[in-house]
Amino acid sequence: MTPTLLGRWQSRLFVLATAGLLWTLLLTPLLPVGFATTRETYAGTFAAIGVTAAVGLVLWEPLYQFLQQFRWEKDWPAMFTLLEGIPEGVVVFFLLRDVLGFDVRATPFLIHFGTTWLVVFLCLHGPLRVVSVRWRFRAGRLL
Amino acid sequence: MSTTDETRVSAPPARPVWDDRTPDLPDQLQRTPVWTDELVAASGIPVVDVPFVTVGGGMGSFTMVDVLRIAGVPTNQVKVLTNLRHPWENYAYLTGVSQLPPHYRIRSDASSMPDNLWGFPSYAARRAFHSRSVSGFIAPLWNVLTENVLTDYWTPLAGEVFEGMRREADRIGYWDCVAHGQARMVRKRAAGGYFTVFTTQGARKQRIIYRSAYVHLAVGWPSIRFLPDMQQFRSQHGNGYRFVNAYEPHEQVYDDLVARPGTVVLRGGGIAASAIIHRLLNDREKLGAQTRIVHVLRTYVEGPHGPSRFMRRRGKNGWAHQGFNWPKASWGGQLKMRMERLEGEERKRLWETLEGTTTPYRKGWQKQLAAARRDGVYTTVAGVIDRVDRVGDGRLGVVYRDTKGGGLRSLDADFLVDATGLIGDLRSHRLLNDLVEVTGVDRNVLGRLDVSPGFEVRSARSGSGRMFAAGAITEGAYYAPADSLLGVQYASLRTADQLAEMGFGKRIGSGRSIAQWWRFMRGVTP
Repeated sequence: MTPTLLGRWQSRLFVLATAGLLWTLLLTPLLPVGFATTRETYAGTFAAIGVTAAVGLVLWEPLYQFLQQFRWEKDWPAMFTLLEGIPEGVVVFFLLRDVLGFDVRATPFLIHFGTTWLVVFLCLHGPLRVVSVRWRFRAGRLL
Repeated sequence: MSTTDETRVSAPPARPVWDDRTPDLPDQLQRTPVWTDELVAASGIPVVDVPFVTVGGGMGSFTMVDVLRIAGVPTNQVKVLTNLRHPWENYAYLTGVSQLPPHYRIRSDASSMPDNLWGFPSYAARRAFHSRSVSGFIAPLWNVLTENVLTDYWTPLAGEVFEGMRREADRIGYWDCVAHGQARMVRKRAAGGYFTVFTTQGARKQRIIYRSAYVHLAVGWPSIRFLPDMQQFRSQHGNGYRFVNAYEPHEQVYDDLVARPGTVVLRGGGIAASAIIHRLLNDREKLGAQTRIVHVLRTYVEGPHGPSRFMRRRGKNGWAHQGFNWPKASWGGQLKMRMERLEGEERKRLWETLEGTTTPYRKGWQKQLAAARRDGVYTTVAGVIDRVDRVGDGRLGVVYRDTKGGGLRSLDADFLVDATGLIGDLRSHRLLNDLVEVTGVDRNVLGRLDVSPGFEVRSARSGSGRMFAAGAITEGAYYAPADSLLGVQYASLRTADQLAEMGFGKRIGSGRSIAQWWRFMRGVTP
């Protein structure tokens, strides 16, 4: 991808709000959460999506965009997008557990966050271009 | 891979046979910049009405027709005027003679697909799913995942691109739109729109005038660059055996060098130079040629270079390295956005920063070059060739100015291959020259056609008619990679969007895009 900051924001929000939410909706009831109620589990997974979007907007995307400036091609290789999931996941986990007070456990979180990240990653590298044929020429902007 | 393979292209596509066997156009038409229907009728030349005409019939015309078909335009509304048998003919010829035949990797990324507007699934995915082994499935996908980080860019083979285009041409009914022959000129029509004069190909040449609301120009590079020293040498010594251009057939160079030891001087630092060196070194390794290569680089790149920490390109051992012809963000990233916002001198400066001759960094090539350097078989000199003389035995005496020391030096060579590229001077193309001289279209900061960010030739508006252009002839406008597979596709999309606003075809919104993509995937007509 060769995004601008605006393109990064829009792409992140759009894919999380569509594929990310849909995947979360389908996956949540299947997570190994012991005796937690479905309602509590959904609260946790939806919060994870929300926090991923929010922290991404204010922290990660501006940081990635800054780092991208050191690249002559002004591109963001696919692998970077995939690996971003590691620091982002760690931050979201601790924010949910220690700041926002959700009762999140490592295993279900890892399954949910990891697979959602993969779904988002795959959507960004192909299917999104079918939804918007101009997306790739507009530096990731949909609007 | 074999380097003496029968699939190598060595004959140019149909030569541009000017319509000289047909009677010349009436003076009245030639002298009048804007034609009326009466004037054309008086000439007696048959007139054919069609809303959209694209001149060229190469990659640019193909993507244009493809996008229009996806936008819902029927085949009888579009005419492709061309002297090519198929859209990739000239491309295959130029890449073939410059040593990138169909089974070689071209310099284009996995999702720059003239046959697939969405670029998904990409060439890499296509190859993975056509593979019959697990490693064959994983390798291309792993490569695109890690490209430009752990691995070099994944690139398709030229033949994969052509094969995909053939399939797409069949699907969209491209062949029904084609008229073979020579487009001679495009003139404005007084009542709006354009007249395009065309001479049909074949035994019986017939002149036809197409009357259309829209004209699209995608004629490619106006000509091959023959630098003055080459022209002078050829006019003096009368043959093109030893001093050749990379973009003309020059198999004799390789054949001769396999038969006897020799020295080749190569000029240019781009992909063609890389491919030619690769061929020469392969011939050494596989056919036992005793070739020495002296590579003359006008700009010797010592290392990373550029105006600032944020604009620094890789380079080493004389070469400047970059994945593709332009930095990746020129196609649809921040560099593209910036270019679109700039005018005049500022835009020219950005063009100058981004352009420059580069070649992709490919591990295989680097290894081969390093070994050749070690063996003294391949040497690089920083210099500009001053003149080329003929010395004993018909060999060449190459005199060059050393750009480091400044003095003149000379070396004897058996062959000189000029790989400095193609030129885009509008005047060397008859139809474009007529547009500039008679219709008076504007030229941009680089002297090519001035087009809007949406690829409209603004100065050629004719009533409700619109003229568009794509490809190399628009370089200097608002889109740097105009002359690339993805670039001509982007131009087509922008053109189709404006046409849709005027009621020709429908806008490709999300709904149409998804539905059309699904038809594409199933291989049914748009």
